[in-house]
Amino acid sequence: MKKVISAVLSVLVLTSSTLLFESCGKSQPSAPPNSEVGLVFDVGGRGDKSFNDQAYRGLVMAKDSLGIKYQYIEPGGGSDRESALRQLASQKSIGIVFGVGFIFTDDINQVAKAFPNKKFACIDYTYDSTKAVPKNVIPIEFRENEGSFLVGAIAGMMTKTNIVGFIGGMESPLIRKFQVGYQAGVKYVNPKCKVLVAYAGVTGDAFKNPAKGKELALAQYSRGADIIYHAAGVTGLGVFDAAREMKKYAIGVDMDQWNEAPGYVLTSMVKKGDVAVYDIIKEWKEGKFNGGKPRVFGLKDNGVDFVYDKENKPLIPEKVYKKVQQLRQEIIERKIEVPNE
Amino acid sequence: MADQTKRRHWLEHPATQNFLIPIFAVVLSFAVGAIFILIVGQNPFQVYSVLFSQTLGTSYGIGQLLFKTTPLIFAGLSVAICFKAGLFNIGAEGQLQIGAFMTALVGMYTVGVPAFLEIPLLILAGMIGGGIWGFIPGYLKAKTGAHEVINTIMLNFIAAALVSFFVTNLFNVPATVHTPEIAPTGKIPRFDTIFSSFSGSPVNFSILIAILAAVAVWYYVDKTRYGYELRVVGLNSKAAEYGGISVAKNIILSMTIGGAIAGLVGTNYVMGYKYYFEEGFSTGTGFMGIAVALLGNNNPFGVILAALLFGMLEYGGLVINTMVPKELVSILQAIVIIFVISSNKIFRKILVNFIKKRTLRVND
Repeated sequence: MKKVISAVLSVLVLTSSTLLFESCGKSQPSAPPNSEVGLVFDVGGRGDKSFNDQAYRGLVMAKDSLGIKYQYIEPGGGSDRESALRQLASQKSIGIVFGVGFIFTDDINQVAKAFPNKKFACIDYTYDSTKAVPKNVIPIEFRENEGSFLVGAIAGMMTKTNIVGFIGGMESPLIRKFQVGYQAGVKYVNPKCKVLVAYAGVTGDAFKNPAKGKELALAQYSRGADIIYHAAGVTGLGVFDAAREMKKYAIGVDMDQWNEAPGYVLTSMVKKGDVAVYDIIKEWKEGKFNGGKPRVFGLKDNGVDFVYDKENKPLIPEKVYKKVQQLRQEIIERKIEVPNE
Repeated sequence: MADQTKRRHWLEHPATQNFLIPIFAVVLSFAVGAIFILIVGQNPFQVYSVLFSQTLGTSYGIGQLLFKTTPLIFAGLSVAICFKAGLFNIGAEGQLQIGAFMTALVGMYTVGVPAFLEIPLLILAGMIGGGIWGFIPGYLKAKTGAHEVINTIMLNFIAAALVSFFVTNLFNVPATVHTPEIAPTGKIPRFDTIFSSFSGSPVNFSILIAILAAVAVWYYVDKTRYGYELRVVGLNSKAAEYGGISVAKNIILSMTIGGAIAGLVGTNYVMGYKYYFEEGFSTGTGFMGIAVALLGNNNPFGVILAALLFGMLEYGGLVINTMVPKELVSILQAIVIIFVISSNKIFRKILVNFIKKRTLRVND
């Protein structure tokens, strides 16, 4: 027994002495007010290979090239989101707080009211027509239709059967934005090409159903489609399954999905959360924060794009790539108007 | 001499030991946690000082702590009352999901009912929802002998899937994962509507319901004939049967009551905070309830104290998350739980040794 006690005590003494030593050396001056950035992740937290990781990359970019300091919280559950936002907003040193994902909409509205002198930004903020966006909140919106237009153009030029497919998750205005952009892109380069369109459902579950995604994709491939673009979340994983099985092409969404079916993923339409986070931090730092209305990220702002790297480069002919780059330029210069709905 | 016997008496008293031992354990687990904090390159003194000052040092922090404590009391009581009957209720998570969902569901369809009816109605809805989810494994155990551990775990899955299906498909506000708001008369006021110093923290008067539930459980288990039967079944079911106590009835009853208490979690989140049910609102509160019941020694008032500790750890975890990664926060919480629950024997020995030495020294 004595041994146990003495062991415990010695560990305690040892640690506390190291600590005391360290705490003496490390007394930092407190940061100037409103100089730091706060960010609250969605429940997935860092390591989700999607929005959360992208947002984190945006923070790191801002630290490296703007020299800002940041603090972030990875909340555990639903009731922690508001607390986390409050906790960051209540710190004097923090001037702007980000919420990653639409689920923060209500919480940010609440907390923004309680901290009128702090700024907030919310990725994929959900609008409520009965409530105005608070003046100190920036909703971050992406022009998914523009990115979809470019991958549509790639599909339209590369199809051999003149039939391509689109599979959406839940039938909703948001996913229709992907669809109409894609269709416009296909038709722009190949007016004779047919676009098959299918949705997995009309409810939230339509984003979580890979079996349904595979079934829809197999049906489109067997009707002659040789490239399918999906905007269907987890349901889209079934599309890649089908592509591998039928040895046809699929196009990924939101992030680079090459690894879902290497060799069969033609490209992916990516939404760049990192760019959005970085740009808003930059504008805020320069005193150009313009709250109350959405900040839109399209091709022009590099907020959406398609993947063209060493892995999928062999799949896309140089000629196609050049043409798509030219289309990108024309969209940015507003020579092409990409439909929204 | 008289003084010395008094001191011995004081430290050797079981109640004192029951109180001191968990505190020892917590202190020691914080010391071990400090090593982990050092490993990730932070200063444990700073981390701990932030943890304590922001949970216990401000009324906002205390409000957050109490808000976290409330559901843990319900979950802890739910597990504890089943323990008393010798049953292991792993299903508090599912029971509280169903209960909270029922509260939200009844709340959204009963607009216009006056508050003095609406509030009891919503509380009852939660108790019925959770109660049904506790009754099912209780009934299966009593009638078929199917083990309640497996059945409650399975019912957790079913509850999560059911609630997710209903919330995403049938009862959600478009483009969200939550239900519409409940009737305004069903809202339980927050502390900050009365005490402005709690401003911003979601703590609300449902914590009084939790304390009331603890008193009720204590009275029922310790002071009534039904509670006596329940305890006998828990201690020795064969002897209970022999003594004319229906084991089946008590199994069903305790599981149903346990479920109903877990179902009260909705009073805190749905009626007192968000005013709607949101998918994923609870992340393991029901499982934490097991630890709370164990630490609280299955005593309703012990459960309240244990829930306060875990409530502090939960909110404290969020507070220090800007300094250390979320994984470390989980490790810290788990270390505290392991130490507190497993150290009972060790610390009792240390305490006895300590007393011995002290008395020897005094005698010298």
